[in-house]
Amino acid sequence: MHDHDHHDHDHHHDNRYSDMQARVKALEMVLTEKGLIDPAAIDAIVETYETKIGPRNGAHVVAKAWTDPDFADWLKRDATAAIASLGYAGRQGEHMRAVFNTPETHNLVVCTLCSCYPWAVLGLPPVWYKAPAYRSRAVIDPRGILAEFGLQLADTKKIRVWDSTAELRYLVIPEQPADSDGLTEEALAALVSRDAMIGTAIVELSR
Amino acid sequence: MSVCETLPDLVQSPGLPKSNEGEPVFPEPWAAEAFAMTVHLHQNGLFGWSEWAAALSSEVHKPGRAQDGSDYFDCWVAALSKLLVDKGLADDTQIRGLQASWQRAAEATPHGQPIQLANDPLR
Repeated sequence: MHDHDHHDHDHHHDNRYSDMQARVKALEMVLTEKGLIDPAAIDAIVETYETKIGPRNGAHVVAKAWTDPDFADWLKRDATAAIASLGYAGRQGEHMRAVFNTPETHNLVVCTLCSCYPWAVLGLPPVWYKAPAYRSRAVIDPRGILAEFGLQLADTKKIRVWDSTAELRYLVIPEQPADSDGLTEEALAALVSRDAMIGTAIVELSR
Repeated sequence: MSVCETLPDLVQSPGLPKSNEGEPVFPEPWAAEAFAMTVHLHQNGLFGWSEWAAALSSEVHKPGRAQDGSDYFDCWVAALSKLLVDKGLADDTQIRGLQASWQRAAEATPHGQPIQLANDPLR
């Protein structure tokens, strides 16, 4: 069973393109129509950068939450402020919420509408995050999606799916791997992948 | 000259924000898309490096631009638009019209549905 968080759907999902967002869309369209660019090639170029920036910010947040109970507590109460205290703030003032994985519950983040994503902590969204297949199936069949990512969760584990909005974005705080207590914050941060902070992976000590 | 060129030339663009590893850093996804489009057009030979650097630098140094570089990619997109218009590859009125249309389409699209240009009520 999963529990799609309907509560947040009451939240007004602000469908708005900024001037620059709309301008880039317009340019892309004109150039594609003239055959001057190939959208697949653009995606491929973007993809080469997506994992290289940003995610370390989120990993720092996670590792700090694991090693500093006061910070973890702050993160639970007011993720926007706790994350901003590390110097990571979105340009558009979007709010952050940290959702903590536990032995009972696994959290998964999606944006069913477009591709709202916590850029300030995770960098660029992966191409699959923006794909309609992930956006629709994460809600309908989260267990199936996770299996495709190679993540088999126990049937007893509950999956919560969080639907991002323009104003509220989620960061999954994965469970700290067993036997990693002696590691430094830096060493812990190195274990945390982008996917683990979206919820399509977990953190393991060694693969 | 590097034999193994792993980064496109445009990474050398004046003022481009970069990480410690020398990778470009983008504030938002549209900036990465604009960057990728420019790299692609440049690779296809639509404009040369010096032509691009001149266009970008002229936008960055326009009066009224942010002192802290926070509008760097706004300048980037303005430079790209101007270059395309100057070369007759795009039309300024058409670009602005489409931009406004995408914005209306976004606002008119209900939650849970993909934003499509056809959703613009004025289209």
